[in-house]
Amino acid sequence: MKPSFKDVEHLVRLAGLFLAGLLVFAVARAAYVPEDFGKFGHYRASAPADEAARVPVYAGRARCVECHEDIVQVAAPSRHNTLGCEGCHGALRQHADNPEVAVQKPDSRAGCMRCHSAKTGRPASFLNIDAEEHSGPDPCASCHKPHDPRAESGESNGQNAP
Amino acid sequence: MDKTRRDFLILGTRLLVMTGATAAALEHVLNGAPEAATEYKKAEHWWAMIIDLEKCIGAGHCVRACKTENDVIDEPMFFRTWVERYHIDMEDPDHPIVDSPDGGINGFPEKYPDGSGKTFFVPKLCNHCEDSPCTQVCPVGATFQTDDGVVLIDKDYCVGCRYCIQACPYGCRYLDPRTHTADKCTLCYHRLTRGLIPACCEACPAGARQIADLKNPNDPAHEYLRTHKMQVLKPQMATRAKVFYNGLDGAVR
Repeated sequence: MKPSFKDVEHLVRLAGLFLAGLLVFAVARAAYVPEDFGKFGHYRASAPADEAARVPVYAGRARCVECHEDIVQVAAPSRHNTLGCEGCHGALRQHADNPEVAVQKPDSRAGCMRCHSAKTGRPASFLNIDAEEHSGPDPCASCHKPHDPRAESGESNGQNAP
Repeated sequence: MDKTRRDFLILGTRLLVMTGATAAALEHVLNGAPEAATEYKKAEHWWAMIIDLEKCIGAGHCVRACKTENDVIDEPMFFRTWVERYHIDMEDPDHPIVDSPDGGINGFPEKYPDGSGKTFFVPKLCNHCEDSPCTQVCPVGATFQTDDGVVLIDKDYCVGCRYCIQACPYGCRYLDPRTHTADKCTLCYHRLTRGLIPACCEACPAGARQIADLKNPNDPAHEYLRTHKMQVLKPQMATRAKVFYNGLDGAVR
């Protein structure tokens, strides 16, 4: 019986190469693609949990209020009553977890002026002032308590008041 | 001693079961399962953000808070959120002047005299689009939308090809030179899943930024969205962006 194909050796070699390539691809794919890839979509199913596992740096107002309810009472009648504490005081989770960690006092005048300096573009409803014109060299805290900045609450010189 | 083979087998089985349970518990502890993971259900949330431009004062608290919370690189100066200042000169209203010195992190120096036109601030961040171009172009599946509507980046999987950075119509992505992976706002996903609000919302002194859970029927965002004239950036791109602006000027790009 005569074989139906002659000179097929090169084809066999090519097929061998192709199979070897396929094997390499399969092994590499198994090694590199995470097990849970594609479970919910075209991504690694555990990636959102990895992102969620990061530890917050800002504690959040609710954590502050747990201990500092007195400050909330001070601020209550003023327009500062809705502010997040960490807007001025900076990130405080470390302090919230361990009260021993000191909290830096915000730089009064520069801090106030970030929001309250008169600039074009700021809504007129927001209290904007020209600091030089308003109080000269005097620090803001000589009249205004930062937590309750209403002018009428500041006569007792709010320098060291909460 | 009258221990039978039966007693021995029962004791052995009990020990085996207990060891298995201990191992499972230990594994759970070692994996450091996120504390809120048991309470937080992805299917119950759909996150968006509301920005009220009528309230924004351009103080830059959001930019600073975001940098601190998310360890956003300073050199080169990249941002997950930043504030732009638009100035529209009434004599040339077709060409608004936009500036954002250091992303507005230290506020804005006074530049435009009163009466020379219209000046306003526009905070920007990832729009967490429902049909996001960035996730569609990722060749490896390293960026995706979660079931709760947040577009995230899998940093372990990103190959740093920069396709997504080019694809984002809002310019919200950058390549972090420390990890050589794409980076952008995550809507503080690690805070949302713990029941906290994003750091930018926490720090905003004017109440201009509000996180909104569109799947929560009690979220005041629904009432706000219904009663205000809301707009998204570049609606013509059909990205179905989820950062909603109140009082957005037509000049904003």
